[in-house]
Amino acid sequence: MSYLKPKFAHPRLPKNDLGYTKKEYEGVISTLCAGCGHDSISASIVDACFELDIAPHRVAKMSGIGCSSKTPAYFLRNSHGFNSVHGRMPSVTTGANLANRSLIYIGVSGDGDTASIGMGQFIHAVRRNVNMTYIVMNNGCYGLTKGQDSATADKGSISKSGDANSFEGIDLCALAIELGATYVAQSFSGDKEQLVPLIKAAITHNGFSLINVISPCVTFNNNPGSTKSYDYVRAHNEALSKIDFVPVKEEIVTTYDHTSVNVLEMHDGSLIKLQKISPEWDPNDKLSIVTALHNARANHQILTGLLYIDNDSVELNDLINTTETPLNTLNYDVLCPGSEVLREFVGRYA
Amino acid sequence: MNSTNVKDPEYFHKVVDCQYACPAHTPVPEYIRLIAQGEYTKAYMINWESNVFPGVLGRTCDRPCEPACRRGRVEEEPVAICRLKRVAADNKDDITPFLPEIPSIKNGKKVALIGAGPAALTVARDLAPLGYHIDIYDDQSKGGGMMRSQIPSFRLPDEVLDFEVDIILDMGLMTHFNHYVTSLKSLLNKDYDAIFVGTGAPKGKDLHLPGRDEASANIHVGIEWLANVAFDHIHKIGKKVLVLGGGNTAMDCCRTSLRLGGEDVKVLVRSPFKSMKASPWEIEDAMHEDIVIHENHVPLRFEVENGKLKGMYFQRVEAKYDANGKRQLVPTGEPDVFFPADDVIIAIGQENKFEWIEKDLGIEFDQWDMPLIDEKTFASTSPKVFFGGDAALGPKNVITAVAQGHQAAISIDLYCQGQDIHDRPDPHTNLYSTKMGIHEWSYDNGIVIDERYLVPQADKSITLNNIKKEVELGFDIATAFKEAQRCLNCDIQTVFTAPKCIECDACMDVCPTSCINFLVPAEDESELREQLRVPAINDTQELMVSEVLKTGRVMVKDEDVCLHCGLCAERCPTAAWDMQHFIYNTAKAGQMVFS
Repeated sequence: MSYLKPKFAHPRLPKNDLGYTKKEYEGVISTLCAGCGHDSISASIVDACFELDIAPHRVAKMSGIGCSSKTPAYFLRNSHGFNSVHGRMPSVTTGANLANRSLIYIGVSGDGDTASIGMGQFIHAVRRNVNMTYIVMNNGCYGLTKGQDSATADKGSISKSGDANSFEGIDLCALAIELGATYVAQSFSGDKEQLVPLIKAAITHNGFSLINVISPCVTFNNNPGSTKSYDYVRAHNEALSKIDFVPVKEEIVTTYDHTSVNVLEMHDGSLIKLQKISPEWDPNDKLSIVTALHNARANHQILTGLLYIDNDSVELNDLINTTETPLNTLNYDVLCPGSEVLREFVGRYA
Repeated sequence: MNSTNVKDPEYFHKVVDCQYACPAHTPVPEYIRLIAQGEYTKAYMINWESNVFPGVLGRTCDRPCEPACRRGRVEEEPVAICRLKRVAADNKDDITPFLPEIPSIKNGKKVALIGAGPAALTVARDLAPLGYHIDIYDDQSKGGGMMRSQIPSFRLPDEVLDFEVDIILDMGLMTHFNHYVTSLKSLLNKDYDAIFVGTGAPKGKDLHLPGRDEASANIHVGIEWLANVAFDHIHKIGKKVLVLGGGNTAMDCCRTSLRLGGEDVKVLVRSPFKSMKASPWEIEDAMHEDIVIHENHVPLRFEVENGKLKGMYFQRVEAKYDANGKRQLVPTGEPDVFFPADDVIIAIGQENKFEWIEKDLGIEFDQWDMPLIDEKTFASTSPKVFFGGDAALGPKNVITAVAQGHQAAISIDLYCQGQDIHDRPDPHTNLYSTKMGIHEWSYDNGIVIDERYLVPQADKSITLNNIKKEVELGFDIATAFKEAQRCLNCDIQTVFTAPKCIECDACMDVCPTSCINFLVPAEDESELREQLRVPAINDTQELMVSEVLKTGRVMVKDEDVCLHCGLCAERCPTAAWDMQHFIYNTAKAGQMVFS
């Protein structure tokens, strides 16, 4: 087995505006099972950061415990990282974000790490609108402990051992919308064409962005009867739209037919171009997406694409008015302005 | 666009760039792996089977394999294939147990070989084990042809050449040395069943400029002069020597001159330095011995005083290229240059010599007085007479002569057995998995970036004073191992089985050189080439296109910079990718024809 990736690269590998190739955004060779959907998501994060010309040192990769949470080793090896306790990634990211809002936070989590042990953490990160990209690598099972059903396994989905799941699965996207998430998307690890622009838009979004990515577990949950297998997801995938992310640096020369294309402007001027497939749905309308999600569940469909976005999102730091300067660069006299200021401050409450 | 037919052995053959580029198609990665394993005798025998003179070629080959080497495309320098071959030759054990048995009862067919150079010796090597009676004629006193007369012993020691020539001569050949064949007709009148002409290109081109005849005592034709040195007829040369020409013979002449008393040896070439015909490493070795090369000098006349050569005049030119890229050497207008000289050696090319072939034998010649030869069968227009080596299609190199010798031997055998010489035997090919465990392969797939290692040379103070002292010392075992590890094992093929693929993208994500793509099928190949993650602009390298997969896409792999590292297969959950050992051995005389 190879433990090292050869240092060779294609001699004509394209470079981005920073002069980096994708190689500079990669990590070490994956130790996940061969064919794991998570590796495709890692590769999509690499693609998204490369294409957005993000300097790797400006990113903090946050994770908890699980197969999913191992992946930050496999992408962005030149970025910051924090591998936290199981399910505690949202809290650690919230703290990090408040202490230093200048970094780009990419959290990766799994269905166990998010929907079971980390559920209490997850929902508060959503409602606080922490400015981060939260990627759930959702395979519907506990891969690290031999494939038991997880909280996102669909009711009736058959496990590798042949048993049907008797509990309702948690729909993370519906839950996040309910809790006030400002960017919610769903995708499939086997569809990079859709996933990469979704990650790019999520990173650009000003606030909490959830991307729930169905990511088949090739070892324990890729069997017939599973609703998270490659074959099942491909057969039941209903894309709401064809998404294209247009970064602000690219001059827009075409005009769009707005009856079939939704153009959503983001806070920094980037555009999300959605070629709508489903007519009843509007990405700015919560009700329409909640209905669509319920209908999809009833029809055994998996809705993918950008589900909901709030263009007027105000992220946590702006909500509570934190300082723009990272705390670790604030000088002593700013952090501790002296007894005179303290007296004046206490005096306000006298 | 149709999927690629990888069942055609030529597809994977082309992926093994070195082997494909080699005229004899020597299985290069195969023997390099054996060198890394310390199996020098086996590595030598693989070479011997294929190219007959591994010791000679490991020192003197033109190495068409090296510019083709994949390392050169993914790194900078190719693997030192040629010098690794020498390692096998230098470190082998006794090979006699592995040599073919020569039947004591012959098959009743008699073949005459004219010339005892690489082509004819290859024919003998292939036919003698089949029971042919072979007569070999050569005007030199020993076998080897141009390998003996034109390659100086400081590049190719006599004992190395003798060893490999003698293996063949010892196969029961009837040798007729010091025997110049003056008439092909006389041989045809004997009871030979077939005749092979491997007489090379033995005539050095002369330069008929003013003063040539008066000063002929000090003006030499390169290959004749080298032959006279090789056979001990010439032992010295003047202090000031001018060598005319920019090919490998010129490089050998100037370096030989240095060893025979030349002190101020210059090489003069008509063309710019960068378009010299000599191999870059030959030029490098000459310059290492402080030879000065003057480019853009066109010889005008020999300066003679009292019947004695004084030097030579040259015109200064520069290369101009017209719209079609055609080169012209245009005088610069500067005054002519005079170089004093005690001796001048003319090394401006060589030609064939066929006066000894009567024109009424049914062997047709073209307008340049070259025989009309079938480039596949090496048959002439006379059914009994075959050609090979420089005599067949003009001067090339040893490895080409060997390759042609093999083909001619096949033709002679088919002809003598009453079969159609156009029904050629197929190559021996095989393809089998190297999988040893879940992620284990039977080859070393861990590849690293590593610079090409230099072959050490003996000190100039020793080599320049002894013409017999070999300049190159060859790799030591430790360096040979490191150099052998640079080989990318291109013969371990990435074989893709479309129905097994679940399109998880793992191979595409892990591929270090971004070769693998999953795309919507395109109309034609050029369209597909542009759509790859890194567009495939190297048209000399194939695309491997799979059958249509479940999602309607196809897998497209650009063979150009594939490292054969096996990561695609290691990361494949369904073994749709497998690393398979591809074997391709060109057919030899006596092998069955299945058609």
